[in-house]
Amino acid sequence: MKHLLRNTARVYIVLALGFIYVPLLIMMLNAFNQSRINQFPLVFDLVWFQKLAQNQRLIRATVNSLSIAAFTSVLATICATFAALVLARQQFRGKAFLQALLLPPMTIPWIILAVALLLTFFWLGISRSIVTLLLGHVTVQIPFAIIVISARLAATDRTLEDAAASLGSRPARTFRTITLPLMLPGVLAALIFTFAVSFDNFPISYFLAPAGVSTLPVEIYTAIRTGFTPEVNAISTLVFIVSAACALVGGREISFGVRSA
Amino acid sequence: MSMRFGGRWWGLIPAYGWLILFCFVPLAVMFVFSFLSAVPLGAREVSFTFNNYATFFQSSLYSQLTLISLTMAFQTTFWCLLFGYPLAWALSKAVRGRTQGVLFLLIVVPFWSNSLIRLYSWVIVLQNGGVISQFFKLFGISVPGILFTYPAIIIALVHAYLPYMVLTIYVSLDRIDDSLIEASRSLGARAWRTFRRVILPLSMPGVVSGVILVFVPVVGAFVEPRLLGGRQSQTLGTIIENQFVNSFNWTLGSALSFLMLFVVLLLVILSAGISRLRSRAQ
Repeated sequence: MKHLLRNTARVYIVLALGFIYVPLLIMMLNAFNQSRINQFPLVFDLVWFQKLAQNQRLIRATVNSLSIAAFTSVLATICATFAALVLARQQFRGKAFLQALLLPPMTIPWIILAVALLLTFFWLGISRSIVTLLLGHVTVQIPFAIIVISARLAATDRTLEDAAASLGSRPARTFRTITLPLMLPGVLAALIFTFAVSFDNFPISYFLAPAGVSTLPVEIYTAIRTGFTPEVNAISTLVFIVSAACALVGGREISFGVRSA
Repeated sequence: MSMRFGGRWWGLIPAYGWLILFCFVPLAVMFVFSFLSAVPLGAREVSFTFNNYATFFQSSLYSQLTLISLTMAFQTTFWCLLFGYPLAWALSKAVRGRTQGVLFLLIVVPFWSNSLIRLYSWVIVLQNGGVISQFFKLFGISVPGILFTYPAIIIALVHAYLPYMVLTIYVSLDRIDDSLIEASRSLGARAWRTFRRVILPLSMPGVVSGVILVFVPVVGAFVEPRLLGGRQSQTLGTIIENQFVNSFNWTLGSALSFLMLFVVLLLVILSAGISRLRSRAQ
């Protein structure tokens, strides 16, 4: 009976993974399919990758997404590191309130945050530019970064720092030799995670990007609405493989507070 | 108080300054503008008004759209919970060690990939003559693609938000001490009773945060309905998008955004309150 339950559970996990991955696999297979309208049987062909190589729009959008994600994740992680250190190592009144303040930017529908920023910039006479886009991205990244780094700091042993301090180590030295190495994996995880958050973000880019600047999600959105060719499959396949690889590396570190595998 | 490097409050300034300037101030600005007749620009005359909110209550269109958005969010949350709870349970109790870690990562991976890519993959699968239609054709059954129908939206939303639900429930199930379950068993409780009296109550915090993490963003969803729901499909999210992108009625868009936030907030407070009452009752 117990065996039956356990095996049923295992079959269920496989089915669930099927639901999660089969659509993506079908999309990826069609990237290598000659058919223009994603029809099976599969006729192997690299034509869509060749077409992609000539599609400046899609390539530029992908490069934009990558550069925006790289720049904003560094900025957000730096800001978040300072905040996480204070939140994790300092007792003060209003700390719970400050931690609660992190929730709205993460949880409210991002369309609301995006239009609020658009409206405010417009009112102030700031037109949409690459800067407004970056500002918006960092705003949604900061809370995620603080939470990831805080989780790491909470898991590290404070007695090490106390020991160093009681042995006469100065604060700066304690920080450099104890706290910094201990928190570094968390900082790296925050970098990777915020990168993914920015790379994935659609609403902020959609509302705040200036005319002529497009990101990969915006480009895919436009492609689906205006008719698409399997070049989109090709770029999506490449991006999915790369981000899955990053997830396998970065996910180990984060695991969302779950004990690491 | 011990003096530690970085333990000084100024460390908070960059992050919180940023959040205040680029999240809370814009929200406040939008809140104020939702009571104005137009966005104040230059010499334009604007006046204080409740018209934007009145529009919502006068026209049945908006209450219908709100109902659609809420139904969409309820259904997505329901399916995520129905499929996600057993999945989280299976992950935490039916597999161990390395396998557990690998499976857990596999569930998390789509989190990192682009959500538009995942949506796009559903367009390919569900379209007319797509994989599903082709599959049934093998058996001589003609099935039209369900792209541009309401179920397509729900399928894609469940696909997108299932990992959130699984993650939060998994974390709370994982924290349950197995000895509690053993104790319940050795005291003679059957499996179902153990589940209802021990496992379920202890995993409630995970369920509540999972429900919130799925429900709140889905109420505002506008991409999925736009791409998978076809031309007729409208939600509160798409109508807000419309106000800002097409019809340029920004003050009405602001009012609609705040009504959406208000509804969401109400439901979150309600569900948090219910779970607190429950935990107190036990």
